[in-house]
Amino acid sequence: MKLLVAVKRVIDYNVKVRVKADETGVETANVKMSMNPFDEIAVEEAVRLLEDGTATEVVAVSLGVQQCQETIRTALAMGADRGIHVKTDEELQPLAVAKLLAKIVEKETPDIVILGKQAIDDDSNQTGQMLAGLLGWSQGTFASKVYLADGKANVTREVDGGLETLAINLPAIVTTDLRLNEPRYASLPNIMKAKKKEITEITPDELGVDVAPRLTTLKVTEPPKREGGIKVETVSDLIDKLKNEAGVI
Amino acid sequence: MDYELPEELRMLQETVRRFVDRELIPIERETMEGPKLKPEAQEMLEEKAKAVGLWLYDVPEEYGGQGLGLLARAVVWAELARTIALPSRNVNIFGPIVSPILYFLNDEQKQRYLYPVLEGKLRHCFAQTEPDAGGDPGNMRTTAVRDGDDYIINGTKRFITGAADADFAQVIAATDREKGSRGGISAFLVDMDTPGVNLLRAQETMMHDRPWEIAFEDVRVPSENMIGGEGDGFKFAQNWISAGRIRHGARGIGVIERCLELGASYAKQRSTFGSPLAERQSVQWMLVDSYADLHMLKLMVYAAASKHDDGGDIRYDSYIVKYFGDTKSFEAADKCMQIHGGLGLTTDLPIEHMWRDQRSFIITEGPTEILKMALSRHVLRQYGD
Ligand SMILES: Cc1cc2nc3c(=O)[nH]c(=O)nc-3n(C[C@H](O)[C@H](O)[C@H](O)COP(=O)(O)OP(=O)(O)OC[C@H]3O[C@@H](n4cnc5c(N)ncnc54)[C@H](O)[C@@H]3O)c2cc1C
Repeated sequence: MKLLVAVKRVIDYNVKVRVKADETGVETANVKMSMNPFDEIAVEEAVRLLEDGTATEVVAVSLGVQQCQETIRTALAMGADRGIHVKTDEELQPLAVAKLLAKIVEKETPDIVILGKQAIDDDSNQTGQMLAGLLGWSQGTFASKVYLADGKANVTREVDGGLETLAINLPAIVTTDLRLNEPRYASLPNIMKAKKKEITEITPDELGVDVAPRLTTLKVTEPPKREGGIKVETVSDLIDKLKNEAGVI
Repeated sequence: MDYELPEELRMLQETVRRFVDRELIPIERETMEGPKLKPEAQEMLEEKAKAVGLWLYDVPEEYGGQGLGLLARAVVWAELARTIALPSRNVNIFGPIVSPILYFLNDEQKQRYLYPVLEGKLRHCFAQTEPDAGGDPGNMRTTAVRDGDDYIINGTKRFITGAADADFAQVIAATDREKGSRGGISAFLVDMDTPGVNLLRAQETMMHDRPWEIAFEDVRVPSENMIGGEGDGFKFAQNWISAGRIRHGARGIGVIERCLELGASYAKQRSTFGSPLAERQSVQWMLVDSYADLHMLKLMVYAAASKHDDGGDIRYDSYIVKYFGDTKSFEAADKCMQIHGGLGLTTDLPIEHMWRDQRSFIITEGPTEILKMALSRHVLRQYGD
């Protein structure tokens, strides 16, 4: 069984994100970047399937600027076998990513594509679902547990009412939620091994995909600053303020 | 010219940073007992170190280790110095401590001493400093006098880390006091249970360390326990001592970074006279000074370590790195302490611990003044008519 994992390069989760002065986006110059945490979970899940013998090959794909190769390299150091870099300096929106991934899937014919449920930069939560739509594959999103048996993937999902388990046919798309697993460290020996693993480069043109943005960002602003609160003396003061000042009751 | 770390070292850095953030910092005040890790912390952290693949990272490949170069080791050392969870002198969760001099033993000595150390069966200490000779070891009083096939060692050693747990010591002694550091000093492997070896006392310090004083009274050591030949005592040391000085600079990087993290967070939270400390220029400049020192230190450490990895001689670079790194990281801890006010003095935070450790490094393994003395000779040779 072959697995494809999508890994996105995003601003590191520890970085305090700042909005650019011209409100066109957020500051990324001189900012630490790393793999989207949900994608780390995706890589971990794939590598575990490799280790227990379920999978025979794990391919990590990243799309975007040259430095995405570092993100792929991290996936390789966690245990993926090889990488594919779809290289472009264009802004890539979820639909474009899904189309590019669909082309890669045609070439690689994996049995399962594992993606993060969303990326922590734009929080779109669309790529996995769009990819399933484009390919006409079944999908198990927000997975907190994945269990493969009898040619099906049993995916436990976190939904509002609790946990829901779907049995979906392969090939399939799985997107990962936070509690699926705890990703490993890229260990020192594996970092050294990753240096020798192969990363193939390809462009959106070569894949025949038009990646031109379909959405326009009007502006990006900081959320409004929270005003300082006040202390009230009694419960009746509180009710009075909620009624007459805030007008919420 | 590339001032960035290579990609694989940035990945290694990230791995060690996560290891420190997740496994060490949360328990950093609970791991130590006196100068050592608590046995349960030792065991647990060794397991975790193996999981990150850092086991024996600094042991050469031919001896079963991972043989990381100096630049890579410097990256690991810097990240580890962001926490006070581990002993600052004898970090031993990544495998047994192997004093680099043991790699210079002859084959027969390696069988008796190096391999058992690597297997964790024997522990050792390094005994050079004496009550009357520290920074100036050429002047040491401990003598080793030839007697037939043996040497007889007499003298007192002081400040010897780990002596009470050691199975053997590498003892540096004068075989010719006249010649001193010019061929008069030799190194010996001395089993600690040899008659005449006596632990006198452990000395309490302001750090966790409790180094030992050891007396050698007519200690008979077979001549096959001499490392190299007579007068070779300092010969082997030069190369790895330079690398050891880079460790001080690398430690400094981690300490300054942690102090910046702590200092900046506190300066933003704490308000006095109506505004946050972070808005006071005096506080801003403390942070900026530490930041600038961090930048300089990184460039120095990376440059010296890469030069060493390329086969260059870094003796003088290492002098600068050691005193600059130790001094600037101590200053960063001092500033961080000042920003925190009374809280900086408490054991709720790691600052006072880093402050004490970094202060001690300005003295041990080569005090600043002695390094500058050696550097001044180099500078005066190089400049002026
Ligand atoms: C915790 C701890 C652990 C240690 N572990 C070990 C160990 O395992 N093995 C070991 O052998 N040693 C060990 N040492 C010894 C340590 O390396 C020495 O303390 C250090 O080398 C300084 O020697 P000293 O204390 O005799 O100072 P001295 O050499 O007497 O120097 C005293 C001071 O005089 C000044 N000074 C000296 N010479 C000059 C000069 N030429 N010009 C200007 N100023 C000068 C310096 O400021 C110096 O700080 C340890 C020490 C400590 C505190």
